[in-house]
This record gives sequence, C-alpha cells and structure tokens, in this order.
Amino acid sequence: MSIKGKAYVMGAFEHPTREAPDKSTPQLHVECARGALEDAGLTKDAIDGYFCAGDAPGFGAMSMADYMGLRNLRHMDSTETGGSSYILHVDHAAEAIAAGKCSVALITLAGKPRTGSGGPRGGGNAAAPEAAFEMPYGGTTHNQYAMCATRHMHEFGTTSEQLAWIKVAASHHAQWNSNAFLKDVVTVDEVLASPMIATPLHRMDCCVVTDGGGALIVTSPEIAKQLNRPKVRVIGAGEAPKGTYGGKVDLTYSGAAWSGPKAFAEAGVKPGDIKYASIYDSFTITVLMQIEDLGFCKKGEGGRFVADGNLISGVGKLPFNTDGGGLCNNHPTNRGGITKVIEAVRQLRGEAHPKVQVPNCDLALAHGTGGSLGTRHGSATLIMERE
Amino acid sequence: MSQTDEKKAPAERKIFAPVVNEETAKFWKAAEEGKLLYGWCLACNEPHYFPRSFCPFCFSTRVEWREASGEARVYSYSIMHRSPAGPYTIAYVELKEGPRVLTNLVDCDFKKIAIDAPAKLVFKPSDGGAPVPFFTLA
Repeated sequence: MSIKGKAYVMGAFEHPTREAPDKSTPQLHVECARGALEDAGLTKDAIDGYFCAGDAPGFGAMSMADYMGLRNLRHMDSTETGGSSYILHVDHAAEAIAAGKCSVALITLAGKPRTGSGGPRGGGNAAAPEAAFEMPYGGTTHNQYAMCATRHMHEFGTTSEQLAWIKVAASHHAQWNSNAFLKDVVTVDEVLASPMIATPLHRMDCCVVTDGGGALIVTSPEIAKQLNRPKVRVIGAGEAPKGTYGGKVDLTYSGAAWSGPKAFAEAGVKPGDIKYASIYDSFTITVLMQIEDLGFCKKGEGGRFVADGNLISGVGKLPFNTDGGGLCNNHPTNRGGITKVIEAVRQLRGEAHPKVQVPNCDLALAHGTGGSLGTRHGSATLIMERE
Repeated sequence: MSQTDEKKAPAERKIFAPVVNEETAKFWKAAEEGKLLYGWCLACNEPHYFPRSFCPFCFSTRVEWREASGEARVYSYSIMHRSPAGPYTIAYVELKEGPRVLTNLVDCDFKKIAIDAPAKLVFKPSDGGAPVPFFTLA
C-alpha cells in the first residue's frame, strides 16, 4: 500500500512569535493548533488524529490532547525523531488516513528555548545505551555537526566559503519575511568573519534560537474536497534512522541517503522535477549533505552546487527555504521540521512572499534531520504536489 | 581549519562521570586498570564499539571484550570554542582494531591536529566516577 494521493495538507500555520516570555509552551501549542484549523476552515471537534513529539509537555500525546479538549481522537502518535518528527508525522498521518484510522489529523510543535527552558533534548538521557561513551566528551549539536563538516572538507574539498553561500541564500529570502528573526542580507565575507563556534562552523553557519511553533492539518481526500483551500497532496514519503553502527562511523552522509530515494520512488518523481525544496538547516553543513544525499547533485559536489546563489529563489536552480529557514527565520523549540512543511505548503499554494514565490510551483519537497548528524539522527523526506 | 590558535586543551573542563550499568560495568572496571576494551564477535569476526553483550552486526551473543592497543588515527574533529572552561577538541578516532570511537583529543597542540594524524590512548579522571578514555596526538 502506498500513501500516494491518500492525504492532503489542508491547514498550515507558523506562529509569528520569536520571543514569547508571557506565554506557556502548552499555550503556544494550542495557538498553533487554532491557527492551522482556521487556515483549513475546520473546527476543533473535527480532529480525530493527533500527532506530537518530544516538545509537547507531559504524557506523550495525552496531556496536550486533554488540555486542548480533543474529544474525538481515534488515532495518536508521538513518534520522536527530534526536529524531523513533524515531517515524519505527515507521513504517519497519511498512513493512518489511508488505513481509515483517522480523517483529520493535527500535528503541533511549540516551545520557547529563547525565553524559557532549553526545550527538548532528543537522546540527551543518561539511561541511553550510548550515554556513558559520549557524555564525557562534551558533545553538542554544534561540534558534532562540525565534525561532519571537517570530514566533508577533507574528503571532497568543500570550503567554508561554499558553506557560507547557504546562509547567504537564506538571508536573501529572510529579508522579505516580516516575522524572520534575522532579516538582514549577509555576505560570504560576513559569514566567514562571524565568531568561530566549533571549527569549521562560524556563528552564521548556525541556526537561530527562537520561541514559537507551528501546526499542520492533514486530511482525507473526502474532507479536502469540502474545504475552500488550495489542495496540497501528499505523494511520497520516506523515513530512516542513521547511527554510529557499532563504530562503522561515516560522517559524510546522512539518513537522507535512504529516506530520499524511498520518497522519490513512492512519488514517482526525480530530484530534477522538484520546483522548491525545504531543506533542514540546523547548520549550513546539514543543508549541503542533505542536498547531496537527496540526489540534487552527486556526493561530494554539494559545495559547488550551493555556491554562487544557486539556492536563491529567482536566481538559482534549487530555490530553498524561502521563508529564511532555520538559519534566519525561525527554529522554534530548536526543531525546524514543521516550518519546513509549512513553507513548502505556502509555495505550493502560491502563498509565499511574491519576492520569493517560485513560479508554477506544483511539486515540492520537505526534508528534515532530527538529532545529531555526527552521532544518530532520524531523517524524514516528504514530497507534495499541488492538485 | 584557520582559527586553531589555542595551544593546549584546558585540563579544567569537568569530565562527566560515566553512568555505569549492569552491561558495561566491566568496561569501566578495565578503565580503572588503564585498559580500553572493544567488542569482538566470535560468530562474524567483526569488532564493535562501544562494547555490548551482543554483536550489533549479526546479533550473536558470542562476543568477547578485548583490550585495544591504544593506537589510533584521527577520523574527524572539531575544536569547540563556545565553552566557558576554554576550547576543547571533540573527535572520532579510528582504533587500529577498526572501530571509530568518539573522544576528545587532549594535552596536545590544537594546530597539529589533522585528519589521519596518529593518536594514542590516555585515561583521565572523571568527576567522581571511573576514569575515561581519551586520545592525544602520538
């Protein structure tokens, strides 16, 4: 069984806040849920499936479902793969809808790492089997992703200038987004002059830290037909974990090497067909490796591919993260997966900012990496089309 | 790697005491004797790290834990500058026996760290627990 054409993303909402000192995390979740419902033109009691991940406070999906008053649930899923969870949840929602387990699925993400607590830390748990063998070494997201960049540079000659182009492209998009946390256009030189965080990654190679959240409504084809919104059809998805494999560590690729081909095969399209791509951008190196692994260019050629504005909408061949992405716009609760789907939906609806809207955008991809590229992570790829 | 101007990794950074469990207790007991253990599968003849009660490749329970030579080379690394206790280097080193192991490169000139550089095992005390295996440039 395939999910192709079995579900539609009919509601998408990104919370406009980037600093929310006066709101609770559950409150942000419910505000996102309300926004996505209003966008879809549905009401709360239509929701019969609920999806959330580690950022949802409390007891899996139970606390949030109870708090929000979701009384008609018949399907729940709190699969946790870090920042990619919400891309994976669209796939799981489509599966559940295809199997008749629900017809209106709500997915929420929210949190406040900027003004509140640090947010969820996937895997940062002393009971994890790897904990004793990793925690003494001061691993952080920064230096673990940075080791991938060091190795990629060694094997393929990738440069800091090439990585900087990814941030430059994101900043060109963010200037048009009034909600973006960082709205200034930056240059390659400015990225390279920003403080070194973890060699070879500079501060501007890293995503922003913001409060906020987002929500999605995924529905059955029957419900989608009744709604007065452009129809964004789910046509392919793939998910895959990648780890350290008992010491057979290879830092030059991500789980996208598996999740990507599964999604393309299910959708029946090729990387060259994609008009717009949301590519998870926790760091610039994350984007570069995923672009290679998804097949937009050959392995090792990502540096050349991303340079010279090739990711800038209207300029390059692969317009990416036209909201400014995690690098400039928003990385709510340190997890960017849901904003990746939201901007892809905007593009497919023709509702992105006119300065970054891709003409005739009828096929888009959203891809995420959750966890650490340098140790273990969950990859999720989603392909959607405008009907 | 242009900005590697610090001379020495600081010794002051507190090392998390490893959380020992029933499966890994003998690894940390060996660490107290200055030995680094890795897993060896008697069924498929593959080494693995960190050592387990089974082989993560073929799932056999016919595994033994062997002492590593302590010889390694750098697979990748990053010098962490965003650290209140001063910069430190996280790295994967490839043991002579095969597995690539997460560690820090300690007590060495950061400027001399490079991929494929030879490294050797050293142990350091942790903050109230078993000593922890690290590597330094050989």
